[in-house]
Amino acid sequence: MAVGKEIRTKIGSIENTQKITKAMQMVAASRMRRTQERMREGRPYSERIRAVIGHLANSNPEYRHVYMTERDISRVGYIVVSSDKGLCGGLNINLFRALVVDMRGWQEREIGQDLGLIGNKAASFFRAFGGNVLAAINNVGEAPAIADLIGGIKVMLDAYEDGTIDRLFIATNEFVSTMTQKPVIRQLLPLEAENAGDLKHRWDYLYEPDARELVEGLVTRFIEAQVYQAVVENHACEQAAKMIAMQNATENAGDLIDELTLIYNNARQAAITQEISEICAGAAAV
Amino acid sequence: MAMTMHCDIVSAEREIFSGRVTMVIATGTLGELGIMPGHAPLLTGIVPGPVRLKMDGGEEEVFFASGGFLEVQPGVVTVLADTALRADDLDEAEAAAAKDQAERELSDQAADFDFSVAAAQLAEAGARLRTLAELRKRRR
Repeated sequence: MAVGKEIRTKIGSIENTQKITKAMQMVAASRMRRTQERMREGRPYSERIRAVIGHLANSNPEYRHVYMTERDISRVGYIVVSSDKGLCGGLNINLFRALVVDMRGWQEREIGQDLGLIGNKAASFFRAFGGNVLAAINNVGEAPAIADLIGGIKVMLDAYEDGTIDRLFIATNEFVSTMTQKPVIRQLLPLEAENAGDLKHRWDYLYEPDARELVEGLVTRFIEAQVYQAVVENHACEQAAKMIAMQNATENAGDLIDELTLIYNNARQAAITQEISEICAGAAAV
Repeated sequence: MAMTMHCDIVSAEREIFSGRVTMVIATGTLGELGIMPGHAPLLTGIVPGPVRLKMDGGEEEVFFASGGFLEVQPGVVTVLADTALRADDLDEAEAAAAKDQAERELSDQAADFDFSVAAAQLAEAGARLRTLAELRKRRR
């Protein structure tokens, strides 16, 4: 029957879209489990390093690393962690919005900002928005390795060391639950010193070769571990957000199909009724 | 039973080993180290190479660490292993690459084609065309 050809093709195309969103939802769900696993696995390392650094800071109060000393702020830096791909709802946009609000706060105090970007979405956002980008890392992919991140982090750490920036923040998404991801901006540098109160016993390490060199290495590793954690966590957020977004899309497609089917059936019924009445009218006329 | 201590080997990407051992053998920045239970608290860097663990039953396990740190606390040994090879010039090269990438990103308009922006532009162009068609119709 020729009736509602357009509606039928439309339903067909929406069904295809629905199949795709459904598949993407399932892929995101299985990836999310893996990324959450990865998120958990990295935690012991940064906890350990934090404990060691805390202990070092407490046992060497006379020596303060440049990463641990507060100084007056004339410029700040951000490491922005975003996803590489879209189709994950408002995840990236919410983060950028929070970040822009934060940046405006500094702007009002006439404090400039430098940016280190991780992920394609941050790059394309700041290309349009503007901003002084020092480093960019793209396509970290499914299983990010710390080796991919070292370069970008080093650029920001160098900027901190030679005094270009006086604070370093990281902007990323926090994984609250599958349904909620919260954009957060945390301070990376200077390190907030742990209070000496929780150290019960006073013992010191033997250092090989030398406390300063070790601290230097450990602090760098600590920052890297934090950024790595943020990237992995953001990845988990991305998959969760994608799953929810695709689930909504699938449901919307279903609603649309229902509506169109109703319209199609109405049209078909109307056509049949019309045909019958035409036949009846014809028969009556004969 | 021999004296044992707890040993953790962790890297930023995953936990590699956790369990009780009788001895940890690694190469520190100042030379070979063998750590047994009761060792004094120690913090040292380790160079890339194997970390050998002796278990209670006498068997040995070997892990590879591309450098990192080794921490001894009373009863606990922690190896903070690096997963990436680290050297100053290597890091320097990585940093240069990240800077290049930033420049490329900002100049290269084609990278990561933004569909939402394109869709908005397309809609605007369509609207303009429609307005033009409308105007032409009226003039006739």
